[in-house]
Amino acid sequence: MQARFKWSTLILLVLLVLSCLISLNLGAVSIKPWEVIHTFLGNGSDKQELILFQFRLPGIILALMVGAGMAISGTILQSITRNELADPGILGINAGSGLAVIIYITFFQTAAGGLTLVSTFILPLFAFLGAILTGVLIMFLAWKKGIDSIRLILVGIGVNAGLSAFIIAFQLRLDPHDFVKAMVWLSGDLWAKQWPYVWALLPWFIVLSLFTLLKTHTLNILNLGTQVTTALGIRSLRERIILLITAVALAGLSVAAGGGIAFLGMIAPHISRRLVGPRHQLLIPTAALIGAIVLIMADAIGKNVLLPTQIPAGLIVSLVSVPYFVILLMKTK
Amino acid sequence: MVRNSKNTSLPAGRSGRTGKVMIIGSAAVLFALAVSVMYGTTNIDAATVWRAVFDFNPQNTQHQVIREIRLPRALTAALIGAFLALSGAIMQALTQNPLAEPSLLGISYGAALALVTALTLFPGISSSGSVLVSMAGAGLTVLLVFSLAAVSKGGMAPVKLALAGVAIGMFLSSLTSVIAIHFDVAKDLSFWYAGSLAGSSWNGVKMLLFAGVFGMLIAVLLARSLTLLNLGTEVTKGLGINVRFVNFLGVLAVLLLTGSSVAISGTVAFAGLVIPHISRMLTGPDYRYILPVSAVLGSLLLILGDIGARMINPPYETPIGVVTAAVGVPFFLYLVRSGRSRFT
Repeated sequence: MQARFKWSTLILLVLLVLSCLISLNLGAVSIKPWEVIHTFLGNGSDKQELILFQFRLPGIILALMVGAGMAISGTILQSITRNELADPGILGINAGSGLAVIIYITFFQTAAGGLTLVSTFILPLFAFLGAILTGVLIMFLAWKKGIDSIRLILVGIGVNAGLSAFIIAFQLRLDPHDFVKAMVWLSGDLWAKQWPYVWALLPWFIVLSLFTLLKTHTLNILNLGTQVTTALGIRSLRERIILLITAVALAGLSVAAGGGIAFLGMIAPHISRRLVGPRHQLLIPTAALIGAIVLIMADAIGKNVLLPTQIPAGLIVSLVSVPYFVILLMKTK
Repeated sequence: MVRNSKNTSLPAGRSGRTGKVMIIGSAAVLFALAVSVMYGTTNIDAATVWRAVFDFNPQNTQHQVIREIRLPRALTAALIGAFLALSGAIMQALTQNPLAEPSLLGISYGAALALVTALTLFPGISSSGSVLVSMAGAGLTVLLVFSLAAVSKGGMAPVKLALAGVAIGMFLSSLTSVIAIHFDVAKDLSFWYAGSLAGSSWNGVKMLLFAGVFGMLIAVLLARSLTLLNLGTEVTKGLGINVRFVNFLGVLAVLLLTGSSVAISGTVAFAGLVIPHISRMLTGPDYRYILPVSAVLGSLLLILGDIGARMINPPYETPIGVVTAAVGVPFFLYLVRSGRSRFT
């Protein structure tokens, strides 16, 4: 697997660079790949530098971060629930985050209002807190002398349905313009494509990802099941809760920056498992790469396929991954 | 062995109790209907309501409000409640899955997709045309989910069916959002996701009755087979029941009942989940009793829910789907926690 990992990582990195170049190339003002390289080397025109460094680059870094974040979050969730169908969207974490944001919009400002410095950082904070609270709620409701993975998923589905009802109730109170804005946000449109947001979120993302990489050994063991874990002297419950919080935090961060992107956290780890096998040392980086590639491509497609309408990337991701998910579901027993 | 294995060993049938539940339930439905018609932005007393129904005076505005707005609305609530509860009961019996429920299976998203497609292709579509279109969309989604369940390896365990419903709902709603954003009709669809009875009319009641009569007829014919189906496959085969035929008819009934409800009122979440369970607790495992009791209690739940939806935050209406979700989600979580969701 080690050799396969090297090759697949290499190919995925090439794909990532390619998708970045495609994404940079598409848009109102097209920049050719060689012009991109040129500009990066400092030889571009002022206009090219402005578009590339101020408009396109933060968007790409954001998509990279959100895609990788969702993928890592999904990988952790799948391993600790030992269920390949777990995903932050299905468990209701995206909905919790979305509800917090809708509450913020209804009570504190209108979505149409400009980006003040305060709202720049408070909106993601609300999304983040919403995700964490939902995570705690799901754990609390699924708790019954430990956390059973099927119960966790079913509780997540129930919580998701309940929160979605509340989201709709709040959304209906918004005026039509804000309603559509909220809908676009909830579908996952990577709205925070500006440097301040990127700088606000990136450190957290890096910390959480590194922490997950430190925990790969534990994840490997947890994935084997409770008896093995206890035999190896790992405090299974404590580790699972810590990792669950990490996964929820990563998802919350991703939703804060990109809106509710569902199913990315489900398919990325699954494809990676087929590529590099179940060891998390290889699985997590591969999943992160795949999540980033899928999201960058989905964003590029959504922004250009039905011009002048901008389709949120999250919708493209769902349309592509649901068929994959359903086939997977039908095959598993 | 399937649901409530404790109850199957009881002497079959609790017809006496069912009779009592039916009488009390029907009386409560009538009472709730009366309250629903009397209550509103201006309350109207019972005598006026009586006269508006039996001695109609077209010059009297109160009479008109009752005849044209409140009565159709209350009846719509009653019918939809009954239909969704029946659908839920039939789906739970067919899939032998206690968590089966129309709104969990993404059916209303199919209706919304069909509607948004029709709205963009034929902007001048009539209201009855749009009802038919959304019924077709709901129907296709029912078929889709059930055929996925049918071809799935090892059948559909509760968690798989629920996940399939969530995924298909997500897919359909994503497609709907893409179209809605592109053609700028997003707000027109919002009620589909929240459920609303505000647009009730006699036309809608007629459509519900038309689809519902067939649906209920099938349900009555199926009642005995559904009971036997839940005793397990061996028993069913031994008694010479054609499982495939029962499934086909059951799906047809669900399609008619859910499709018409969703087309008229949008998503009314979880009504189809709670009621059949309560009915089963009251009457035991026999679907000849469960089905009528579900219908009556479903009516009651939705009429009361509608009154609640109007009372919570007047003069605004809280979406009825939110009210039923507020009741249904805790119940769903209770089912999951109590382990009742896992008998296979």
